[in-house]
Amino acid sequence: MDKKIANLLHQEIRFLARPLNLWSRLLLLTAAATIVVSLFFPLWRLHLIAPQYSDGLDLYIYSYKIVGGGLNGQHLVEINNLNHYIGMKSIEAADFLEMRWMPFVFGLIALMILRSVVFGQMGNVVDLFAVYCYFGVFSIGSFWFRLYQYGHNLDPHAPMHIQPFTPLLMGVKQIANFREYSFPQAGAILLCLSVLIIMIAGWISRKETFA
Amino acid sequence: MTMKTSAKHLVAFGFAAALTVSTVTLSSCNKSSTAKNERAANAEATYVAPGEKDEYYLFYSGGHSGQVFVAGIPSMRHITTIPVYAPYPATGYGFDEESKKMLGDYTWGDVHHPALSQTASKYDGRWLFVNDNANNRVARIDLRDFKTHQILGPIPNSSGNHGSSFVTENTEYLLVASRFSVPLPKGRVADPNNYATEFNGMVSALKVDPQTGEMSVAWQILTPPFDWDLASTGKGPSSGWAFWTSYNTEMAHDVLETNSSQKDRDFSAIVNWKAAAQAVAEGKAQKMGGVPVLDPAKVPGILYFLPIGKSPHGVDVDPSGKWLAYGGKLQPSVTVVNFEKLLAAINTKTFEGDFRGVSILKYEAVVEGEVPVGLGPLHTQYDGAGNAYTSMFIDSNITKWKLPPWTDDERKDMNKTVLDKVSTHYSTGHLVVAGSDTAHPYGKWLVAMNKLSAGRHVNVGPSQPESSQLIDITGPKMKMVAEAYTEPEPHFAQILKVSEIQPIEAYPKAENKDPNAVWDKAQTGATRNGTSVEARVTAVRSRFVPDRIDAQVGDDLTIHVTNIEQTRDMIHGFGLIEHNINLVMDPGETKTMHVKLTKPGVFPFYCTNFCSALHQEMQGYLVVSNAGQPVPGAVYTNGTGRIQAAAPDAGANVPASNPPGTPPAAATATPGP
Repeated sequence: MDKKIANLLHQEIRFLARPLNLWSRLLLLTAAATIVVSLFFPLWRLHLIAPQYSDGLDLYIYSYKIVGGGLNGQHLVEINNLNHYIGMKSIEAADFLEMRWMPFVFGLIALMILRSVVFGQMGNVVDLFAVYCYFGVFSIGSFWFRLYQYGHNLDPHAPMHIQPFTPLLMGVKQIANFREYSFPQAGAILLCLSVLIIMIAGWISRKETFA
Repeated sequence: MTMKTSAKHLVAFGFAAALTVSTVTLSSCNKSSTAKNERAANAEATYVAPGEKDEYYLFYSGGHSGQVFVAGIPSMRHITTIPVYAPYPATGYGFDEESKKMLGDYTWGDVHHPALSQTASKYDGRWLFVNDNANNRVARIDLRDFKTHQILGPIPNSSGNHGSSFVTENTEYLLVASRFSVPLPKGRVADPNNYATEFNGMVSALKVDPQTGEMSVAWQILTPPFDWDLASTGKGPSSGWAFWTSYNTEMAHDVLETNSSQKDRDFSAIVNWKAAAQAVAEGKAQKMGGVPVLDPAKVPGILYFLPIGKSPHGVDVDPSGKWLAYGGKLQPSVTVVNFEKLLAAINTKTFEGDFRGVSILKYEAVVEGEVPVGLGPLHTQYDGAGNAYTSMFIDSNITKWKLPPWTDDERKDMNKTVLDKVSTHYSTGHLVVAGSDTAHPYGKWLVAMNKLSAGRHVNVGPSQPESSQLIDITGPKMKMVAEAYTEPEPHFAQILKVSEIQPIEAYPKAENKDPNAVWDKAQTGATRNGTSVEARVTAVRSRFVPDRIDAQVGDDLTIHVTNIEQTRDMIHGFGLIEHNINLVMDPGETKTMHVKLTKPGVFPFYCTNFCSALHQEMQGYLVVSNAGQPVPGAVYTNGTGRIQAAAPDAGANVPASNPPGTPPAAATATPGP
């Protein structure tokens, strides 16, 4: 029994020490590039349609900023304007502390990938995957918490009283006269893609040996 | 000669009508289903379904309403009114300081002839110019925001600005002429009995700044006291020329209906405006009323006269620039002038004399032919496909005829150049074909603007609207497809393709250069200096900040209201009760009101333009206490410090009861963030 466990651990250590082949390393480089590119695209888009807003109002969420759709980001002003009737706090990019450090985390992950390319061990890929997943889940969780906060900290003196709510994280939902569409955008898709590339990079070097 | 022809024509027309009636009766059974199909086809051609848009703008002149009406083609629906020369409470025009200043001492104007700006004889979609026949002014509407931006005038030395305003091929100038001659310079008094010697007319050139569109009086040409009527500018071969009709070559000063209708022909003014501009640049003009004025007797080559029958009304240059059609008004024909022949006659000095030093062109040398269109021909428009359309005031129809070149056969019997007639209801004045005055008409639609609707519409009492009728001119036969009614009184109109302009829907914040604009609550408030109180107010759904303004009797109160919205159609009004104050601010716009306070009281102000579910709540108070007795809670922000908080924060202190159930307007609960 002891021997079996020792064997397994031994196998695991050997697996983590497996070298990454050239293709894996190239894929990892691609993954790093994908992350960098993702910064230029929105991660998420909230799209609101009402009879009076047939073209819809848009909010684009980047890792480092929130931008309204329309000319000069007018949609953000408009959404804030409408939200004041229900006492929702005005959405200001400055309030999103995470947007100050998120780009650095992406930078850090990109650097970790480059480190894996240089060190070239399976263990690095596992590290990457773990950190990345943690960060991903944390980000989505924090995004949900933001939505929860905006929907629940409503000014009791607002002209209109509505049941506190959490705006939709993903999907389609009718709220009052608005239909809300919330879906990931190119930035988030690129990030998912980079995770996938990292997994493939590990997979194709799974049987790699020093010979 | 004229009367005989007219009478003959009338008889012929009566006979034709009788014939038509009997034919219709004979085949009436067959006709009913055809008529039904035609109705359906016409409805289909003009129906613009909910959510769909018209293809063309129709810019109607509003006549003595002083406004410009905008309708859509083919629906013929009135879409908006652009106030120009008269206050228009609906948009707050004439109530704020800026538009009040633009209107000056006048509260009406008489808009006749709108002209779209052109580049290379094509509409460039920048501006619409309109004249004021009554007070000798010209206004510029910017098509970026469909607003009046400048009113120029009264134009010095010019009276009765009817032959106006006609743009030159690149909008270098607006050319205008006087309909009512007066003793010049204006203000001089002379006995109308000495009309011929003491009174004068004037052709004026108004320069248009190519960047800003700003108009200024450039120069003028002194003319005898004929009543200049309408004009048209040249293009192509007639580039650099302009043409006016006139009545009253007789120079009568009373009972004009008779006394100015004595001669069989009246003079058309043939103006070489490029030569005139050159002569002014060479210093050949003399200042009168501050304007360089050219005397055509001393400066040859700038003005010629051409006799045209009879008391002609409209003159219209065709898209090629070669043919000029003069509406005979009191003779049953359109006189077609060949500009190339006209130019040759000038070069070979084929004159039949002169009048006060101005050469008179020999009629026979320049006229291509007289087209027997019918009774009371006024204006002609073109489709760019070799066809002309003339409005018949007396016959009440539109007559389609063929432009030259004509075959020998047609020349022998000019009736053969007349292609089609369609009845109008009734007495058409102007007509407009889309793009007719450009080098490339759109063709397709013709709108007849009729002077009498005479019971065509549901009975609205004695004050009756005018009728406009939409005619499809795509086929060989004209087809009347729709009609609409407008307030008095469209004269000329312009048609512009909707896709050729992109007007703004809100004034961008970055472009608001008003020094009194405020965008942030912190900048709002009222300051008091002596007896002048100045308040800066923001308007946004659904509140004014501040919503309390304090002042005293005897104060000069100035309020600047900025609509800080940037969303289309989020318009706010500022109506101040019992002070005749009515501002309307479009999104991103700042407007200023001024009033001398004369009575104590608390006067509510409120949003007049329904904006949101809480529009009713968008209100505030102007507290006017007796002089020297401010109420204890009076609020002022003086320069550096606020004496007392002027306004609560957004949402705060709003009674938390009774929110509207299901608000119908834009501002209902929004899912965030």
